[in-house]
Amino acid sequence: MNPFAYSRPASLADTVNELAGSSRSRIIAGGTNLIDLMKENVERPAQLIDINRLPFSTIDELPDGGLRLGALVTNADTAYHPLVEQRYPLLSQTILAGASPQLRNMATNGGNLFQRTRCYYFYDTSMPCNKRAATNNGPGGCAAYGGYNRIHAILGTTDDTNGQSSCVATYPSDMAVALTALDAVVQVTGPNGDRSIPMADFHRLPGAEPWRDNTTQPGEVVTAIDLPTRGFPDHYTYIKVRDRSSYAFALVSVAVGLEMDGDVVRDARIALGGVAHKPWRKSEAEQLLIGKTLSPETIRPVADALLAGARGYGHNDFKIELAHRAIIRAVLKSGLDNGAVE
Amino acid sequence: MLTETLPVANAPDALPATRPIELTINGKKRQFRLAPWTTLLDALREYANLTGTKKGCDHGQCGACTVLIDGKRVNACLTLAVMHEDHTITTIEGLADSATGQFHPLQQAFIDHDAFQCGYCTPGQICSAVGMLNEGKVENKADQIRELMSGNLCRCGAYPHIVDAIQEVMNKDR
Ligand SMILES: Cc1cc2nc3c(=O)[nH]c(=O)nc-3n(C[C@H](O)[C@H](O)[C@H](O)COP(=O)(O)OP(=O)(O)OC[C@H]3O[C@@H](n4cnc5c(N)ncnc54)[C@H](O)[C@@H]3O)c2cc1C
Ligand code: SF4
Ligand code: FES
Ligand code: FES
Repeated sequence: MNPFAYSRPASLADTVNELAGSSRSRIIAGGTNLIDLMKENVERPAQLIDINRLPFSTIDELPDGGLRLGALVTNADTAYHPLVEQRYPLLSQTILAGASPQLRNMATNGGNLFQRTRCYYFYDTSMPCNKRAATNNGPGGCAAYGGYNRIHAILGTTDDTNGQSSCVATYPSDMAVALTALDAVVQVTGPNGDRSIPMADFHRLPGAEPWRDNTTQPGEVVTAIDLPTRGFPDHYTYIKVRDRSSYAFALVSVAVGLEMDGDVVRDARIALGGVAHKPWRKSEAEQLLIGKTLSPETIRPVADALLAGARGYGHNDFKIELAHRAIIRAVLKSGLDNGAVE
Repeated sequence: MLTETLPVANAPDALPATRPIELTINGKKRQFRLAPWTTLLDALREYANLTGTKKGCDHGQCGACTVLIDGKRVNACLTLAVMHEDHTITTIEGLADSATGQFHPLQQAFIDHDAFQCGYCTPGQICSAVGMLNEGKVENKADQIRELMSGNLCRCGAYPHIVDAIQEVMNKDR
């Protein structure tokens, strides 16, 4: 790790000031992603701002019936919170499918949103990487484009034939996949005040700026994540396909929430993880399920629509078929038995 | 003489000073002077001379560095010592009964069940098991124990005996 100054601001206002004051300042919450990246010299902050004493460590009911998850509540405390378990079991199960118990005890809800890609070339400062090069840290280009890209994205990528401006990284969070399916809203405070960012707009595709993972502006701090009232507690599933059955990132994951009227689908939410630079959702695809009874035949067009335009880069070609099958299985499971995690 | 304009070559910034840090470890308050970039793991091993906590991967991937902070299991390699001045830290050295010297029931069960070979992962396994029982989310079922102990890898593959040792302690608790 490089040397850095350490501060513990007493208020949110001080935090925003310190953060906005230098492009080399970073917030530290649980530290489980940032310290790892600092050990690899991928992150080299001049200052760490420890926000752990700020008052964002509670889960509170909202007047409209939703739930506000403080940015500093740990992933473990969120997953095991009685109201989350009751009303948003999809979120609870999804969080518990990620990382390890030790990591979930430290990882915070805010930090989870900002966790960076696990692209191995991003982690290796000697390799060309457009995401890392923008911070003056190693050569530009995209080593993954023509390299070993088994864990990489199949949707929404930036690619060109020589990889010069490409990024085919995925955003690796499990939690965010459920938050996207649930239409959660991220609460942010920055130098220009407060704003709310719907999950669908929080993360971004790499586009021409692969170094930007999300749409927050410099100096902005996440204070909370709000869950709307509808939690799909009766019909939900999170399927996470990975190389070992625990303590591994998703190759492909699917979060599903359904509302059923007998055998007929009244509303459907489907979000994918492990396939793109952000959790992947398409309302056109979800619409195709409304009014249908569930069978592989009725779900297949939905999977086709969600995966329209998918392409592999060699080592990750398998993800297209894998995602297709995982979607069908997850939707079926949600409708038939109140599915738990696989 | 011709002069050539070259970019200014910067020496690294001076290191920020170390700072006094007080940590409560295994029931005792201890003072340190540490740089802020000292991980809790390095503080324990290099400065508190508590080498029971092991460094396996140093990246959150193995669980060898598991300690308890306020009774919760965490990876000491991915957190900074300076962040824990107001917490209570328990390491493998602090699990035995300090008055009688008697092992913690999980320590005894690991010995009785031969739940290790080289022993490198063992302090982390035991601290993790203590944390898991504190959490109270695990039922006495092997598959659940395996899932909730999955943050601790054992290169020697002592997993079956580790699960046996934990189940024995859970059986006695009932
Ligand atoms: C071995 C390993 C396995 C893992 N497996 C999984 C997995 O299977 N699934 C999964 O989803 N995750 C997994 N993770 C990732 C883990 O979930 C994240 O590291 C964690 O959620 C990050 O949260 P944190 O509080 O520790 O963040 P930190 O490391 O403290 O911060 C991460 C980033 O977020 C910024 N930040 C933090 N809080 C805020 C805030 N409130 N406002 C603005 N910026 C903020 C920081 O500046 C930093 O850039 C794994 C991690 C490891 C090490
Ligand atoms: S995929 Fe993105 S993160 Fe990975 S090497 Fe290419 S530019 Fe970097
Ligand atoms: S040394 Fe901390 S998890 Fe491996
Ligand atoms: S006993 Fe050797 S690593 Fe577990």
